[in-house]
Amino acid sequence: MIAITQFIDIDPRCIVGEKDGDMMDFTLSPEILQMKEAVRDFIAREVEPYAQQIEEEDQVPASILDASKALGLFGLSIPEAYGGLGLSMVDKCAIFEELGKTINGYTTILGAHNGIGSVGIVAFGTDAQKAYYLPKMATGEWIGAFALTEPEAGSNAAAIRTTAVRRGRRYILNGQKIYITNAPEAHVFTVMAVTDPSRGAKGITSFIVERDFPGFRVGKVEKKMGLHGSHSAQIFFENLEVPEENVLGKEGEGYVNALKILANGRAGLAARSLGSCEYLLDRSLQYARERHQFGKPIFEQQIIQHYLAEMATDIETLRWMMYRVAWLVDQGANVVKEAAMLKLYGSEVYQRVADKAVQIHGGLGYISDYPIERFYRDARITRIYEGTSEIQKNIIAAALNKTKN
Amino acid sequence: MKQVPDTATLIRLQPGAKQIETQGIKWVINPYDEFALEEGLRLKERWGGEVVLVALGPARVEEAIRQGLAMGADRAVHVLTNDAVELDVWLVAQALARVCREEGYDLILTGKQAVDDDQAQVGPLVAVALGLPQVTVVVQLAIDAESRRLRAERELEGAIEVVEAPLPAVVTAQRGLNEPRYPTLPNIMKAKRKEVRTVAWESLGLEAAPLVRIESLSLPPARPAAKILTGDPEEAARELARLLREEAHVI
Repeated sequence: MIAITQFIDIDPRCIVGEKDGDMMDFTLSPEILQMKEAVRDFIAREVEPYAQQIEEEDQVPASILDASKALGLFGLSIPEAYGGLGLSMVDKCAIFEELGKTINGYTTILGAHNGIGSVGIVAFGTDAQKAYYLPKMATGEWIGAFALTEPEAGSNAAAIRTTAVRRGRRYILNGQKIYITNAPEAHVFTVMAVTDPSRGAKGITSFIVERDFPGFRVGKVEKKMGLHGSHSAQIFFENLEVPEENVLGKEGEGYVNALKILANGRAGLAARSLGSCEYLLDRSLQYARERHQFGKPIFEQQIIQHYLAEMATDIETLRWMMYRVAWLVDQGANVVKEAAMLKLYGSEVYQRVADKAVQIHGGLGYISDYPIERFYRDARITRIYEGTSEIQKNIIAAALNKTKN
Repeated sequence: MKQVPDTATLIRLQPGAKQIETQGIKWVINPYDEFALEEGLRLKERWGGEVVLVALGPARVEEAIRQGLAMGADRAVHVLTNDAVELDVWLVAQALARVCREEGYDLILTGKQAVDDDQAQVGPLVAVALGLPQVTVVVQLAIDAESRRLRAERELEGAIEVVEAPLPAVVTAQRGLNEPRYPTLPNIMKAKRKEVRTVAWESLGLEAAPLVRIESLSLPPARPAAKILTGDPEEAARELARLLREEAHVI
């Protein structure tokens, strides 16, 4: 269930909702626990053995993606009526937390698809759009992507220059997008374009664009510091024709929709960071107990204990913050500010935890045959993508400034 | 289907040493029962029909039942026991046979044994209770629905035995029969809505006392700690040879 279309009035400072029984309760159902275990087994069996290969080749083998599709990992956000799992945000984040423990590049493919790549259609799509797109997205036959960022517009989303000009019953799109995650693999793109340049942010409209629409072209796939296996690429629209029934939401509401899609995606993103942090703490603790220096395990050194204690405390804080924001999303609350705080905090925590994990592992933490340095590189992007840490602070401050004196 | 402790679980005994400590144990479906369930699902996919999962045990068994339903069983019957009931294989087999009779069957599949108590008797005793032919330790199974006969390969020491039997029958599964499927996330979701009929043990009216009782349980003697020789390799090798001769008496 995606509850971002209608905000009900819940004060996010409360831990209790308006209705009876809306106590904040993160007890996971037996089904979700079973799903987490199924995902954990799947990762150990089908994904982790290929970690080194994925890292070196910057490519997730098709067999792993196929197995992930068969498991149902592409339908997390899509309602059961359309063949997905229709998970609540809390439940979806519980699965993302599990996924965060493995190769970040692989889970970014899933995160972008189940997050920003599909939630827009779920939340704002017409019945016809949902019936046409969601079943194939739920099975992973069609992978989703979200196309907002441009050479001259990223953090400043309202500055996009891609144009969409109505011609009869079609729109003609021209422009360029960059850093579009899943672009080489995706079939369905949620694209932001300007329909009325005179109206600024209110002149932006979202469209559902298919990769085989005439005039669509994927450009260069970027080489990245981390997230190997996940691909980001340029896309070009050259007199791309989009039928009017592919307008997503109302004309002129694209910017607002984009912000809501991104806010929704932020909880999932933080959940994956949380899982990665848990993995790193687990490995660091194990290593600190096994590694002997000066005749005793390095865990006996107080500085190592403090590192671990700080990591664990950061993780615990992030866990509660993440599930609370997810719960607020499920209540239909406006979480723009809280999601920004979560995105900011989750990214900073991941960076700190990864840094300490490398330090605890010493030389081994710097060796590419061992996973710690991969997580360290992967952590760095979380402070940048889907809204930089600096932009999150702007959003938080703007929300603070809206409160009365 | 039986729920058993994961084989990686560290087993501890309850005070009084007639039962194992069940607190903190990770429970799983008995692996041989997974082969049986998988075979049932494949037969259903081939011939149609219905796979009904039957399990016996306390409330915790529900978790294994949900797992089996998520693998694809259509519905389940849970014979719910409590700790006060003292069970043996004959009582368990009688209870399961009674449920089978109520449900009706063309074929009864189960694991060749449970990996916790290793008795390997429940399948055969269910066959006895129902007066059915039984084929045990099966590594390959073919059903001819028209003639209503089965043909099975049994794994023996150094040989494969091929047998035929009429249906209905009881077949117990050996490793190698198939590769059990993993539950998918949508099937885990669907399993939530599948029917689990709970049958209270008391309602079966099995008053008989167990034929076999556990007198005591004990853990195998702890292995002595390993000795690690350090220092100069030449001296360590000399010391190793001495220990192997004088302490271990192997050279």
